[in-house]
Amino acid sequence: MTALLHDYGGALLRAVAIHTGYVLTAVLIGFVLGLALGILLSRVHRWAVIVMPLLSIFQTIPGLVFIGVLFIWWGGSVLTVVTALGIYAMFPVLKNTYTGILEVEPRYIEAARGCGMSPVQRLFRVELPLAMPTIIAGLRMSAIYTVSWTVLASMIGKGGLGDFVYQGTSSNNNTLILLGAIPAAILAILFGAVIDRLQKKVMPRGSGKGAGR
Amino acid sequence: MIQFENVCKYYGKTPILKSVNLTIPDGQFVVLIGPSGCGKTTTLKAINRLIDIDTGTISIDGEDIRRREKVDLRRHIGYVIQQIGLFPNMTVAQNICVVPKLLKYDKARCDGIVQDMLKLVGMEQYAEKYPSELSGGQQQRIGVLRALAASPPIVLMDEPFSALDPLTRELLQDEVKNLQQKLKKTIVFVSHDMDEALKLADLIIFMEAGRVVQMASPEEMLENPASELVRDFLGKHTEAPPSKVESFMRTNVRTVRKDRGIRECAERMARSSVDTLLVTDEDGRYLGTVSIGDIRHWGHGLQSIEPLVRQAARTTRVGDEAKDCFDFLLESGESYVVVLNDDETLAGIVTKTSVARSVAESLWGDAK
Repeated sequence: MTALLHDYGGALLRAVAIHTGYVLTAVLIGFVLGLALGILLSRVHRWAVIVMPLLSIFQTIPGLVFIGVLFIWWGGSVLTVVTALGIYAMFPVLKNTYTGILEVEPRYIEAARGCGMSPVQRLFRVELPLAMPTIIAGLRMSAIYTVSWTVLASMIGKGGLGDFVYQGTSSNNNTLILLGAIPAAILAILFGAVIDRLQKKVMPRGSGKGAGR
Repeated sequence: MIQFENVCKYYGKTPILKSVNLTIPDGQFVVLIGPSGCGKTTTLKAINRLIDIDTGTISIDGEDIRRREKVDLRRHIGYVIQQIGLFPNMTVAQNICVVPKLLKYDKARCDGIVQDMLKLVGMEQYAEKYPSELSGGQQQRIGVLRALAASPPIVLMDEPFSALDPLTRELLQDEVKNLQQKLKKTIVFVSHDMDEALKLADLIIFMEAGRVVQMASPEEMLENPASELVRDFLGKHTEAPPSKVESFMRTNVRTVRKDRGIRECAERMARSSVDTLLVTDEDGRYLGTVSIGDIRHWGHGLQSIEPLVRQAARTTRVGDEAKDCFDFLLESGESYVVVLNDDETLAGIVTKTSVARSVAESLWGDAK
């Protein structure tokens, strides 16, 4: 174990740092895009009925294929990795934002309109806060998926924990595979835990218990 | 004053409002009522433009509401929805302050409003609670306060109490009526419950199939329902009130048999705190009355009360009109009339309390 750490410790630390960096950047991009598009689609029903099914189809394309295609166009750069991961990270957030807003009970919408809120005020004071638990659930999913998808970065030579996994599989070295896989799993759990805490923070005492009934 | 002139509304090709004309005077509690689908809720929501009408005009104090900005109009009209609709992500205080904040009142003024509002319903200690921590009745109280917070002269209420249990509903009806009278608001209230309408309204507007059928005070509507449907809605309230003596008599009267002794009789009077007992024979037939005064005067040495029985009390028969009894009681100052069945047995007595109850019933139409 000591020998292993001596041989790979530095590389592993670097890989974890790079991996985390990719995840954070990609999830940030994905969250902002997903939130914005989700809100937009929830406003314009006509587009949503066309766009939502298209996105579902796109989501079924394996990440491996998409990052490969992007590699052909843009080459093996950090931008390629972050763009590909960011787009995939966007899907769960977008979908949950959209459904979260649509699932806000009509009585709250009616109350908001009746009080004289403008559509923008309604969105920020009522719809988004009430959809927030769903949106954060989407963010959680997105972060955890992205941790595992980021392994693909090493496929186009951009590092991360994937390096260990690929080296391990190509040289038939199980220890190396585990050295990549275990930190990746821990990273996923950590991201999940952090977002769970965030979730508790954004949920006021009142929500989630059939409030206002 | 809110005025509807030839207001029409269609959903697709289905007419919902067919040329509605009505006037709602200031400071009145107005209840819109009618069968479901009659257009009462549409009428209500047209006032704050939650629903836009197709033709005709609605004006508030002479100004066409279409010339007002929608959100601005709504901020100056209170609105209470049926399913309460307090925002679950906001505290009670924040919910109350929704409209004042939209109107950009400063923080101190908002805090003052919260205190004043909560004081109105005695819920000061709930300011920092979330809606889910309140009971249904408390939630709707806050719902009403939210509508009143920016002191709008007009408040719209869309069946606000229909989701509450009967007891809480009665309580809130009383509170809202009191608030309305205290704050002199114009309240437009949709209901499908005639009891509620009769209790709350200064003016009832009865609608059917998108038209106003009748606009009248509760008393006037009870007196002269404009159509069969209105009469049906009024239901039990328009039935002829009971008029026969048996509806008003007391049946738990103190009696004694004629062959009973003086002592027993006196004790029975003392026990039930009365000064007179009704005397019957062995078969329960009425013979007359015996009073404590007679017993004291003439009772010494007598075996039974039979010699002391008098037939001074006025009697009447089951099935007679109660009015005659009432007139007699009020004119003579006597305290009761004895009611007999056809076979001379005792049915009960009619007292002045019965008169009072009868007056109450004919005034309010409902014995409580």
